[in-house]
Amino acid sequence: MFEELTERLEIVFKKLRGRGKLTEKNIKEALKEVRRALLEADVNYKVAREFIDEIQVKAVGEEVLKSITPGQQVIKIVHDQLIELLGGKAAPLNLSGSPPITLMLIGLQGSGKTTMAGKLARFGQGKGKKPLLVAADTYRPAAIEQLKILGKSIDVPVYWEEKNPVRICSNAVEKATAEFFEWVIIDTAGRLQIDEGLMQELTDIKSAISANETLLVADAMTGQEAVNVAVEFNNRVGIDGVALTKLDGDARGGAALSIRATVGKPIKVVGVGEKLEALEFFHPDRMASRILGLGDVVTLVEKAQQAVDLKQAEKLEKKLRKEEFTLEDFYEQLQQLKKMGPLESLLEMLPGVGTKALRGLKVDDGAMVKIEAIINSMTIEERRHPHLVDGSRRRRIARGSGSSIQEVNGLLKQFFAMQKMIKNLTKGKLKGIPKGMLPF
Amino acid sequence: MAILKKLRGKLSKTRENLTDKISRALKAHKTLDEGLLEELEEILIAADVGVETTSKILETVKERARKEKKESSSDIQEFLKEAMLNALTETNRSGVIDLDSPLPSEPYVILMVGVNGTGKTTTIAKLARMFDRRGQKVLIAACDTFRAAATEQLQIWAKRVDADIVKNVPQADPAAVAYDAISAAKARGHQVVIADTAGRLHTKTNLMEELKKIKRVMGKALPGAPHLTLLVMDATTGQNGLRQVKLFDEAIKLDGIVLAKLDGTAKGGIVLAIADEYKMPVYYVGLGEKPDDLEKFEPKEFVEAIFD
Repeated sequence: MFEELTERLEIVFKKLRGRGKLTEKNIKEALKEVRRALLEADVNYKVAREFIDEIQVKAVGEEVLKSITPGQQVIKIVHDQLIELLGGKAAPLNLSGSPPITLMLIGLQGSGKTTMAGKLARFGQGKGKKPLLVAADTYRPAAIEQLKILGKSIDVPVYWEEKNPVRICSNAVEKATAEFFEWVIIDTAGRLQIDEGLMQELTDIKSAISANETLLVADAMTGQEAVNVAVEFNNRVGIDGVALTKLDGDARGGAALSIRATVGKPIKVVGVGEKLEALEFFHPDRMASRILGLGDVVTLVEKAQQAVDLKQAEKLEKKLRKEEFTLEDFYEQLQQLKKMGPLESLLEMLPGVGTKALRGLKVDDGAMVKIEAIINSMTIEERRHPHLVDGSRRRRIARGSGSSIQEVNGLLKQFFAMQKMIKNLTKGKLKGIPKGMLPF
Repeated sequence: MAILKKLRGKLSKTRENLTDKISRALKAHKTLDEGLLEELEEILIAADVGVETTSKILETVKERARKEKKESSSDIQEFLKEAMLNALTETNRSGVIDLDSPLPSEPYVILMVGVNGTGKTTTIAKLARMFDRRGQKVLIAACDTFRAAATEQLQIWAKRVDADIVKNVPQADPAAVAYDAISAAKARGHQVVIADTAGRLHTKTNLMEELKKIKRVMGKALPGAPHLTLLVMDATTGQNGLRQVKLFDEAIKLDGIVLAKLDGTAKGGIVLAIADEYKMPVYYVGLGEKPDDLEKFEPKEFVEAIFD
């Protein structure tokens, strides 16, 4: 996400870095490009103007002109200002209070409310809560069916009935109270903010259930219109925050960021994929770093911590020390890596990957599937003792996994090379590597 | 001009916004100075026309005003209108059939694609209704086997607009559904096949590969198919619309765009940027949630409706 804005700012800053001292003129020129980048990122034009004005005042001031590295100074100012535009600190979901906690998702058609409802339910489950999903979209064909399927896939009950949405919601909360559900997540029908009747319906639902958290679900690809939508939903219904969806694409998401600046409500969660696990908290500082091309290592480390089973890691480490690393262990490692999400989105978090050189680089998740298939086609004996795999076994494995013998050979060759590398490491440096920090 | 009237009525929000703002700006600035240009720039940018196309359009307007020595507010408005119209009409419509004339091939296969949540399914229902009204038998191919209840949603629509549907179980190979649908249409004498596909972000390589496969398999089922590939775009889309067009076009070659959800306050100005940069035409606009809320896109009427 945000690669192009990053790129633009990088070009701008390269110019700034290249010069010893800055004149008012080159700052203005650079900021013109920053403004252009912001507008191309769909940042609302008014927000962009204010942003530039503020930076101009700071950057053209003496502070910068007198500093030794003015370029760095401007980068810092833009960065800080961007964090501020993004909302300063991370804003958590408001989940305190006596259960059931009610979360209501509202927004335009197609913004991703139903998927977001599923993701929040999954998230609640992960925190050991008992969530109830409520299908209050009685308008769109098969919307209820969609939520039911999502609910079933994660074992979360879905409440629905053939009534008007307000009744459905208050009945759902009643049920939740009686049956000790801790979170009630309400999926409402998509609607235009100018639809009087439907906006009233939301207000009625909100007051009927006194929602703890009302989230506006906004598509990261939305243009300038995002601000109008947010202002109207906020005025009519009142929102507590924003759930930004589809951020796993290349949308720069500027408009959704300007929602923060104009409505004053924080972006709380972001959707980063079609899987129900693909939910992240929104961190303004990290996002600002990403925009400026500094990468998002913190999220990456968090993901790794979530995915890696510590006990398994310790077991593996022992094996490594004893030089007993087998294809079986390799397979387990692959599974853990997979849990962290698509490789492409992991790569994006690394510093520098947002830059031109690496853009368009395609990461083949399919290659991983192939490796898995090959290992799956081996017997346990073969996985533990890969040297047993002779010509005829290779043929069988290739047939079984739908790959060529060359591919099986390639995998084994790589594995043996890795084993050798580990051997060398164990003899030398591995003792110095802290627990849980294996080389892959 | 019934269409224009409807479009005008529906676009009244857009029209008031733009025209009011422009005339206010023109009144405040009498002549074409930097201040006026800046205000016009903001108006176009606020409509999602984008920085690049906006400055091109304004450059043209400035040039013309200077050349013809006409700088009154009505002149500027006229120039602006014409420049916008030019951007919209200089598109690659060659080789593409007009859907109002007889179908060049039967069955005529239409492939609908787009990112998630733009309104593909609803648009398909509207297109099916349109062909049905012309007395053509429509078969809908439910190739979105990925999203929960997508097939159910399409089935309900198919029933409403009297179209047949070919479907499969969830997670089935979408290309296989497309193949079955075309074979069925050939056997059962459907004149039009419209294929729904799962919404996908244009950056997901594997999903774009899947789309290529659907297209390839369609060609195997019926040489020349798909005859028309349309990208459904949400009218609220910002500058990311350019990326959508670029990457979908690179993967499967687009013929044009359907601009959905134009009944809101979104101005849909992104189609100007798209026309300017990729010469990609808009075919239809979606103006509501009912099966009849689909109109042919008329560049002239579109611009007129914004300014009148």
